[in-house]
Amino acid sequence: MTTAAPETVDTATLEAVFEAAVAADERIEPRDWMPDAYRATLVRQIAQHAHSEIIGMQPEANWITRAPSLRRKAILMAKVQDEAGHGLYLYSAAETLGVGRDELLDKLHSGRQKYSSIFNYPTLTWADVGAIGWLVDGAAITNQVPLCRCSYGPYARAMVRVCKEESFHQRQGYELLLALSRGTEAQHAMAQDAVDRWWWPSLMMFGPPDGESAHSAQSMAWKIKRHSNDELRQRFVDICVPQAESLGLTLPDPGLRWNEERGHHDFGPIDWDEFHQVLRGNGPCNEQRLARRRKAHEDGAWVREAALAHAAKHTTPTEHPEASA
Amino acid sequence: MNAVPPTAALALGDDALVLSHRLGEWAGRAPVLEEEVALANIALDLLGQARTLLSLTGDEDELAYLRDERAFRNVQLVEQPNGDFAATIARQLCFSTYQHLLYGRLADGDGPFAPLAAKAVKETAYHRDHAEQWTLRLGDGTPESHGRMQRAVDGLWRYTGELFQPVEGLPEIDWPALRDAWTALVTDTLQQATLETPAGPQSAAWAAGAGRQGVHTEPFGRMLAEMQHLHRSHPGATW
Repeated sequence: MTTAAPETVDTATLEAVFEAAVAADERIEPRDWMPDAYRATLVRQIAQHAHSEIIGMQPEANWITRAPSLRRKAILMAKVQDEAGHGLYLYSAAETLGVGRDELLDKLHSGRQKYSSIFNYPTLTWADVGAIGWLVDGAAITNQVPLCRCSYGPYARAMVRVCKEESFHQRQGYELLLALSRGTEAQHAMAQDAVDRWWWPSLMMFGPPDGESAHSAQSMAWKIKRHSNDELRQRFVDICVPQAESLGLTLPDPGLRWNEERGHHDFGPIDWDEFHQVLRGNGPCNEQRLARRRKAHEDGAWVREAALAHAAKHTTPTEHPEASA
Repeated sequence: MNAVPPTAALALGDDALVLSHRLGEWAGRAPVLEEEVALANIALDLLGQARTLLSLTGDEDELAYLRDERAFRNVQLVEQPNGDFAATIARQLCFSTYQHLLYGRLADGDGPFAPLAAKAVKETAYHRDHAEQWTLRLGDGTPESHGRMQRAVDGLWRYTGELFQPVEGLPEIDWPALRDAWTALVTDTLQQATLETPAGPQSAAWAAGAGRQGVHTEPFGRMLAEMQHLHRSHPGATW
């Protein structure tokens, strides 16, 4: 969609053109007119998504130096590298909306923008790396595949690339857990313990129940979101139950059972108090994650300053005419 | 093709394994996101080289996880702690220049390492370029970055002499010529970066060639303790 926006066109007309494009499933592109609230919602969501990728490197990086085989170590390093890459795509997508990466990072570091609550849980054993791949990446994919059809073009295109790599990570996580589950007794117990600790936090990744989700209705109307939190959560549970069975592991929910009438699995109540505590900054690792991120940024300040100083010394106006403007 | 000399496979494999591990410690701590990607990328290339080399002479996991410190054959340079970003870049500049020259010569020969070297020489060219570009930015950046980069090069210089100790099993390498080529490249980069080439010795006399004989520096044992702990806690398990 391309919408010229001469000053003579009034806002009502622009809004009508925008609404029509969204209704026709056309993509909104960076130069198109869009409502301020649509832009603000996307900035918030894409930034939070980018922040989640880079904070999400920490729980897994925690195990790079202890990975128990060279093959697993290579897989884990490649995964953490992919996450940094996803962060880069997503910051670029956010930048098409007129915000800078530095500004977004400042907001992350000062706690004014959030990241996914799941990364405030600790990785206590090697099996947690597998549980994160299977459950956390699995939940992320369930959330993100519909975003490949999101109304905002740059975000949708970033998600296509992100989802391809995420599904690969998810399969690797599953395969890691399978190796543990079929391994020694101690390995099996390690895998079960990890699934027990990560199951409920993974279900919380879909956000609050539909009745309490502040942004859902508007996001669905704008086709940023395609399905409700509860719909996606249900889809995820239905996918995981048979996978847990083939893994030879159980899910820690006595209320979990197939409901013939609904054609879905019923599952037990989520501890929303815990969810809100973690979101408020009181989860097990909130402080540690943010402190680590701030420290990396602060420790790197002199490096970024050096790169800028060096570029300024060695860039002449003839090489980059725009620099002298 | 000749049989693989195990001493050389272990020396080159351990270099790559240990440096890869050190670079892996940077994950989540890099100064910019682009460097998260670049450092992980280099670490992965090195881990790939290590796996190929160790597999030529035994089981890669047994060799990585079940040997003690005194059985490792890497040079002391690669086991040095990361320090600040300048120290990591100085270590990368010294080592990637060495590796690039060494693999270039091995790739040109017809020894057992030629096929591996042909692939690795492309990777190490990228590693060297990355280290060189950062040496220039840090050396010729701000007064602070200049000072840090100079201290980093000075601090690591004593570990560079060991790079040119002949490795048993690599008869095709002319070590004095390799040393001359390395010195020319590194001093040229340092000069362009407005840095001084250190005047101190490249090896303390007692330490020359020590890493290749299994005599390491103190931080290395702690690095191995972390790396090997989980594997050793579950004897015989597969992962």
